[in-house]
Amino acid sequence: MTDIWAGLASAFWLVVSLDADLVDITLRSLQVSLTALLIASLIALPFGTWLAIRRFRFRRATIAALNALMGLPPVVVGLIVYLLLSRSGPFGVLGLLFTPTAMIIAQVIIITPLIASITHQAMRELWAEYHDLLISLNTSNWQRIRTLIFDGRRALLTASLAGFGRAIGEVGAIMIVGGNIDQATRVLTTAIALETGKGDFALALGLGFVLIALALLVNFAIHVLSRTEREGRW
Amino acid sequence: MIRLLFAALMTLATTAQAETVRLAVTTSFQNSGLSDVMLPQIKADTGLVVELLVVGTGQALRLGEAGDVDAILVHSKAAEEEFVAAGFGTHRREIMYNDFVVIGPASDPADVTNQQTAAASLKVIAATQAPFVSRGDNSGTHKKERALWQATGLLTEDLGDWYKEVGAGMGAALNTAAGLDAYILSDRASWLNFGNKRELAMLFAGDPALFNQYAFIPVNSALQPHVNAQAVATLENWLVSDAARAVIAGYTINGETLFTFGAP
Repeated sequence: MTDIWAGLASAFWLVVSLDADLVDITLRSLQVSLTALLIASLIALPFGTWLAIRRFRFRRATIAALNALMGLPPVVVGLIVYLLLSRSGPFGVLGLLFTPTAMIIAQVIIITPLIASITHQAMRELWAEYHDLLISLNTSNWQRIRTLIFDGRRALLTASLAGFGRAIGEVGAIMIVGGNIDQATRVLTTAIALETGKGDFALALGLGFVLIALALLVNFAIHVLSRTEREGRW
Repeated sequence: MIRLLFAALMTLATTAQAETVRLAVTTSFQNSGLSDVMLPQIKADTGLVVELLVVGTGQALRLGEAGDVDAILVHSKAAEEEFVAAGFGTHRREIMYNDFVVIGPASDPADVTNQQTAAASLKVIAATQAPFVSRGDNSGTHKKERALWQATGLLTEDLGDWYKEVGAGMGAALNTAAGLDAYILSDRASWLNFGNKRELAMLFAGDPALFNQYAFIPVNSALQPHVNAQAVATLENWLVSDAARAVIAGYTINGETLFTFGAP
């Protein structure tokens, strides 16, 4: 128990004193995970919706695969991205390994199936409601996807936030492709792993509480800014 | 909204690029805390920003082989010489040394304290079957430990459940040992800087077999053209300079020196 109290105290002091390193790694965590979220959402939201409205031969298999990929082990993704971006790998000339970009790539791969899968689940039900209307209006596929995405935006927000949650708390993949380099690729989760390795549990736990607070803050901010849960708005 | 936030973050993130060297180092270099005092001094003296990748010696050699780092600083002589012989590194330069120590529960059920050699201390641990945590990650420390077991004539594969390979870095392995009240082989520096000692204590040291030399190897820029050989040479020259001697000799914890400059 004393360790947990020490962790809380350490988190408090880190935040109150606006520790320069803490600010730096927190901003990097946000930068990496929000960028990954943006890119993954741009791919996954239309794709998940498209899966809900289109009937094609391998649809079942695609959906099953997508659901399975939700549980993609981050450490395997990290290893594969590492091998691809390594100087001796196919994309080595780009020199992307051990940069925030590499971390973003890994996180996009990890969270895209999750967001697409949740999107598909939500959109399937919405499509059942909208099916007759949108068919009778002779809309194009793209128009249908846009309509569903707009009217289902609250469910999609949940999908995106689930993706963000997985990205910001992820450590296995970004440790491998980012390398946890101080001032360059260190983020909250890798810093926690490092401090735990040093046996400095108070600081590690302090960073952990900061991470949890950050996740809460981002979720609240997105809810407030997108005006959900307000009277008169759906 | 997310776009706006992203734009704001990107502007915050873009900083001026100084000349950087990527250096793969063993966990002990960072867990000891030496890197925290050494890197700012290197920056001040040479203007170089050293980006550390903290990994085990096995992985560090692998990163050097692939050309993902510019140089490596590790501690496993045989593996290093193999690395240089294969042409992946240009040469091996000895930077500093210390020693490995046997850590264990302060009550010392195996009576390690009264042994004369490191091999003998491992033998009594095996005889009492007291829990022993092994790094198990092909790091320099792990290689040393395996060599010591070999000297006892016991095969690590045949050891019982009390021999636990955790496959983790020095700090994580020490955490496991602290939780299990187990014996473990650690480098002196990581042990001294470790914050979660609990019931553990240093029980055995001083056998010449426990000698631990750290060496710097530049990655061969003929094989990996993107390696900035000039910056790596600057770094190497600093590491063998009097400035490095002062930093290494001046780094102490509780009055104890962690590393000794150069080679004996």
